This record gives sequence, structure tokens and C-alpha cells, in this order.
Amino acid sequence: MAEPTATSYLNAAYTARSWLLTLDHKRIALLYMVSITFFFFVGGAAAVLLRLELLSPQADLVVAETYNRLFTIHGVIMVFFFLIPAIPAVLGNFLVPLMIGAPDLAFPKLNLASWYIFMLGGSLCLVALLFGGVDTGWTFYTPFSSLYSNSNVMLTALGVFVAGFSSILTGLNFIVTIHTLRAPGMHWFRMPLFLWAIYATSLIMVLGTPVLATVLVLVALERGLGIGIFDPRLGGDPLLFQHLFWFYSHPAVYIMILPAMGVVSETITCFSRRRIFGYSFIAFASLAIALIGFLVWGHHMFVSGQSMYAGMVFSFLSFLVAVPSAIKVFNWTATLHKGRIRLSTPMLYALGFIGLFTLGGLTGVMLATLGLDVHMHDTYFVIAHFHYIMVGGAVMGYLGGVHFWWPKISGRLYSEWWGRLSALIIFIGFNLTFFPQFLLGYLGMPRRYHVYPPEFQVFNVFSTAGASILGVGYLLPLAYLLWSLRYGPRAEGNPWLASGLEWKTPCPPPVHNFDATPVVRHGAYAYGPDGELRDA
Amino acid sequence: MDSVPFFPPQASSMAAQTDWLYALSLGIALFFSLLIAGLLLSLAVRYEYRREVDRSNAVEESLGLELLWTAVPLALVMLLFFLGAKLFFALRRSPAEALEIHVVGRQWMWKVQHPNGRREINELHVPIGWPVRLRMISQDVIHSFFVPAFRVKQDVLPGRYSELWFTATRGGSYHLFCAEYCGTSHARMVGRVVALDPAEYQRWLSGFGAAQQPPVSPQAAGAALFEKMGCAVCHRASDGRAPTLEGLYGRRVLLADGRSVLADEEYLRKSILTPGWKLVAGFAPIMPAYAGRLDEEEILQLIAYIRSLQRGARHG
Repeated sequence: MAEPTATSYLNAAYTARSWLLTLDHKRIALLYMVSITFFFFVGGAAAVLLRLELLSPQADLVVAETYNRLFTIHGVIMVFFFLIPAIPAVLGNFLVPLMIGAPDLAFPKLNLASWYIFMLGGSLCLVALLFGGVDTGWTFYTPFSSLYSNSNVMLTALGVFVAGFSSILTGLNFIVTIHTLRAPGMHWFRMPLFLWAIYATSLIMVLGTPVLATVLVLVALERGLGIGIFDPRLGGDPLLFQHLFWFYSHPAVYIMILPAMGVVSETITCFSRRRIFGYSFIAFASLAIALIGFLVWGHHMFVSGQSMYAGMVFSFLSFLVAVPSAIKVFNWTATLHKGRIRLSTPMLYALGFIGLFTLGGLTGVMLATLGLDVHMHDTYFVIAHFHYIMVGGAVMGYLGGVHFWWPKISGRLYSEWWGRLSALIIFIGFNLTFFPQFLLGYLGMPRRYHVYPPEFQVFNVFSTAGASILGVGYLLPLAYLLWSLRYGPRAEGNPWLASGLEWKTPCPPPVHNFDATPVVRHGAYAYGPDGELRDA
Repeated sequence: MDSVPFFPPQASSMAAQTDWLYALSLGIALFFSLLIAGLLLSLAVRYEYRREVDRSNAVEESLGLELLWTAVPLALVMLLFFLGAKLFFALRRSPAEALEIHVVGRQWMWKVQHPNGRREINELHVPIGWPVRLRMISQDVIHSFFVPAFRVKQDVLPGRYSELWFTATRGGSYHLFCAEYCGTSHARMVGRVVALDPAEYQRWLSGFGAAQQPPVSPQAAGAALFEKMGCAVCHRASDGRAPTLEGLYGRRVLLADGRSVLADEEYLRKSILTPGWKLVAGFAPIMPAYAGRLDEEEILQLIAYIRSLQRGARHG
């Protein structure tokens, strides 16, 4: 790591101990960043093999058993060990105290404990992977997972169960921090929208994750002790599992997307030199999405055997989520109007996010349409839809945020040319990978098939070609960001001239963030009529 | 729409309607995605930071705009909700006159039995122009019966019956997929649905297929099971120790706890397997549980037999 001139959180100490036992939220954020980057490439490697296998209709690269383990590990790793912690645990950890003018999170020790719990959960899943893997899909549907699968279900479920506590504790830490540690003058409606998004996300983490933990324990009870909960032969009900699982796992999608929306609100204002359009609408839209998001889980179950009337209610509520999402998209778009727009790398990611999230959201609306979902459920249409949200949305948001705050985190500037190029490559590769899957899905290709009828091959070839471009796009930032740590020019205090308390600290910030507690005198995004920074 | 490579064949009465709704909602999705993308691009170009354009009187809030972009999406999604629910209701409510075919799913095959007893595996022959209702159940994990050309799909659960209905409108052979991940050979739990002219279907039905003997209808097989499993000993006894089964199907049954329940397939199945779950008023709980002693096909046959028992008819 490069040596900044003044003492920063990075050069305060160099020992392994100073990292592994650190209570500094910024260092813990970096521990998370390294861990989830590792998990991202593990999950990504599985995706590469899946896409290669799907190049041809026959099984020629891997056998069924392997394929099933690959898509399971891809899903488990990406959902629980990359997407859910990505923005909250990395950027949230780094930025929440800085943005509210606090020296650290409310519970620094708990914060470190969260990372260890996360790593324990991740390690258990990796051990399960190394010792034969698991073949239930990341959804663990019963009674397959509880009684029929001959794979490491227990170990994987235990890993996810453990990691869930990390999520709960992180959410709790953020909620308490935002409530109690805001600097004088930092009223709720002066907070950057990133904090509103993190706050809404934390509510879901705290309220939803215990249900996931419960359902995993129930699966373990049935699998380990033969207690009948889900298998009808033991007197159980297989749909009960789906209700409990989606009660968490649908809101989990909002754990992934809400913080990304927060990142977009920060970057789009900075690179338009404008105050955000409709601040309070975006803030309340985050809360609305978090709350309504708890009431829509049954839209995963329209053809499961759930009652027709329940399906109607869930369909209706799912459509309602579209409204706050639309409000956000329109407000971001309006923010560009009469701005001073600079298409820097984080801005490219933000614009990419808005476009891809819009299509992802609207195809979600299609899936919420009851009679239409009957045909599209469990096909590649669903795969395409949720990758538009999770990859086109959440991953783009994460990468945009990493680029935006990279000077703050590392004290270095990355190559803008490489940054823009890779953002473009990711955008093109992403669309080429996943757009054909919408068409494939409507044609009827079911998900989780390693062999398929030959007429589906054309779209699969497109998709695999796109995935190879996408893969390159993801390797590039890894390379030039690491390169910048050593060779990048040093970042001055506020390289983007961005508003927000985090930019009032040096890059990288000192250990305790602020020499004196800052006092806040105005709302977020203090950009003047000429795009100048008003609170400089 | 068969000439368009973006649609599966339209081979059922619901296919055109589903495709229409798909086209409408996809149109809305693409329209708004392109609108947003177009706005982002044009604004990014017009207000590029080096360009000298009028930036005075920039607005930061507008209740009117907020209401507009709340109301328009709300109206559109409510329209889609209504259209989607309407189609869903049509897909879920089967006509009474539908031809009922039994489907049992298991890792990893579909077993089908027609009303006259003819069986097939991983294939389903159906007549064109007449509604067909599948009564489906799984012997192990959850499967899902999916025929893209018909635009229908229904999960097939263990322990309870699922129904799926359609009317084939065009002859031909179509994909049948298992759509719910069910283990190792999930991707091989596939087959075909063959839609035939009614006359052809009748001819096909009277063939033996792979079997060496003429098929035995589910009712007849159920009647034989009824004797073999000893059901007749009590249910036909004259001393009234067990409820009589004539005319039972479709009737409301008064239970010992005062409630009443409709005697449908679900009720009959559970009452055979675990008789104690809902005890009929006026009878002692003396019936042994048959769970584990009958497979799903046998249960379907017993139910077919019980359904055939009309009020006042004598046992054959």
C-alpha cells in the first residue's frame, strides 16, 4: 500500500494483527472488500463453467451432478457472500460514520465480530464445496433438500445460517449508528440518500434474516432428525418452506438493490453538479420499497399450488412496488436536467444502473402479471430478470461506488481511461449475456437444465459469448484498481469536488475520521447554480 | 406466430391470449426502458459540462411531476394486474366436462394414465378441441408440469393433488418439461405432448401401447384394489360400522367435531391414508391407516372407483 504523507487509517499500523483485530470501520470495510472480491470470483468461476456447458445442447463439459452443484454454488456464493454484504458491509461500513460525521460505528467490536462471523459462514460453505458440493439450488426447496438430496446440505445451510448473523449485526449497527451518532445539524432530511438507502436496507436485514435462519434450522431438523415439517410423508407441508424462504429471500433482493440505489443518488448528483431532484420522494421510496417488499413473497409461488386468491393479493402488492421504483428512476433522470454532466467512470456506472434497473424492474412487472407468470415461471425469463436487477443493478451500483470512493478509500486515483473502457465493456457484455435469456425464457427453456432441445442453442451461444466479454470486464477493474494502489497519482482532498462530510476528510481519512466533530448547516448535495461546491 | 422465432408454437386455447399479454407488457417494458435510456443520453449530451446552454431556473422539486410519475406507472400496473388476474382465473378454472387424465411425477419421469386405463411414460396424448384436466401428484419431491406450446405450467407436489387444464388447438408434438428443479436428472425429466384429432385419439386410446393386454380402467383397477385391501369388509358391511361410499363423492360430509367438509379427491386421499385426520360423525375411529401401503397410482384408482359409486347403486 502506498504511503500517504499524513497519518491515515492505512498507514497507522502495518502488522497483520493491526488489520485482523482492528476496530476501525474503514479497515473492517476493507476486510470485507477483500473477502467478497474473493467470493465474487469463486461464484464467477462457477458461472463461467455453467455458460461453457450451455454452449451446446448436450452434456459435454460436465455431467448432471456437477452442473447442479455448479449452479447451486454460484447462487449460494453470489447471493449470500457477495451481493448481500457487497454495498452494506463494504461501502456502508466505510461511509456511514464518515457521512454522518462520526468517528466510528456505534459498536466497533460488534462490527469486527460481524466480519468474523461472515468469514466463518463463508468458510463452512467453501468446505461444503470442497467436500463434494451441494445440489439443491440456492433455494433449498423441500422436500428435495430435506430428505432426497445426497449432498452437503447441512454444512451449506449451516454456513448460510451463520453468515445471517453477520447480516443482522451489521444492520443493527447501522440503525443504531444512524440514530445516535449523527453530527450536530445532521437532521434526517439533511442526510445523503445513501444513508436512507442503508437505513432501509438495515431494517430488512434485521427483520428478515431471522426468518431465513429459522427455516434453515427447520430443514436441518427434518433432514437430521426426521422431524416432519416439510415432507408430506412425515405429515409436513412442502409449501411452508417456500413461504418462509421467500419471506426473507424476496426482501433480500431489496437488500441488494436499495444500497445500489443509494450509490446512484450520490454519484449522479456529483457528476451533474446538481442537488437531487425530489429528495424526500427518493428517501421515502426507499422505505416504501423496504416495507412493501415484505408483503410480496408469494409472487414466487403463483404456480406452486398456493391458492388462486392468495396469488391475486401477492400479484397486486408486487405491482405496487413498481411505483416507488419508478419514482426513483424518474427523479434521477430529472436530476440530469440543466446539470453539468461529466461522464466519469462512476457516472457511467450510475447511468448504466438506471437503464438496466429499469428494464429489470419492468420485466419484474411482467412476472408479477399472474397469467403471464404461469408460462414464464422457472424459465430463463426469470433468470434474465433477476440478473438485470442483481448484476445490472446491484453489481453495477457496487462497482460505481467503489470507483467513486476509491480515492477516499485508497488515497489514489485510478486510470479514468481504463475505468470508462471497462464500464463500457461490462455494459455491453452484460446485455449480450442476459438479453437473449429473456427470449430463451419465453420460448420455454426451463432453468437448471444442462441439456436442452437444439432449437434453444442460438440464444445460448449469444449468452455465452456475452459472458466471456463480461468476464473480461470484471477482471479489468481488479487489475487497474490494484495497479493504482502503487502507481496511481495521489488523490487530493476532494478529487470530484463532491459534497458530503466524507469528502471533508483527507484521502485516505485519518483513523478517527474527523479532528473536530463537524457541524452541518445545510442539506445534502450542496451544489450551487454554477455547479460549485457550496459547503467547501 | 410460428414464423417468428421469439414465440413457442401456439397450440392451446390460452396461447394467443398469453402471447398478447406478453406483447403488451413487453411493449410497455421496452417503451419505458428506451424512454429512460433516451432521456439519460440526450440529457447527458445536452448538458455536458463544457457546453454553453441555458441552465437558469433549474427546478429541484415539482409536486406535479412527482404525482405524474406516480400516477402513470400506477395506472399501467393496475391495468396489467387486471389483465393478468383475468387470464390466471381462466387458466385455473377447468370446465366440468373436461377429460380427466392422471399424472404421477417421480424422479425422473412422468407416468400418465388415461380414463380407459391406457398408460404412457413421458408422453401425453390428448385430443384436439376438447378440454383436458390433469390430476397430478408427485411420489417424491416437487416437480412441475410445463408445456410451453400450451403456455401452461403447474407444480406437482407430493402429498396433494394439483390440477392443470388446457384445450389443445393444433395437432403436433410439443415439448413437455419438468420446470421445478428435482435433483440429478431434472433436465432429463422431459417428454412430449402429442395432440391428435379426436378420432385419432380414440384410435390411439384403444391400442395397447407397450402393454400386452388391453388396459384396465382406473375404476376397475380401483374396484379390484377395494377387494384386495379389505376395504369392502367394513365399507360394505350391513351393520353400519363404516360410512357407506355410494354418492359420497362431491357431497358435504358431517364430521365428528361438528364441522363439515367437501368429499373431493383431496379429502378421499387423506381419508384413505390417515383416516383419523377428519373423523366422520357417528363412526368409531377403527379404520387402519393405509399410508405407505398404497402408491399414488393405486390411490388415484381407488378414488376413481369411489367416484364411480352412485347413490343407490349396488356394488359391482
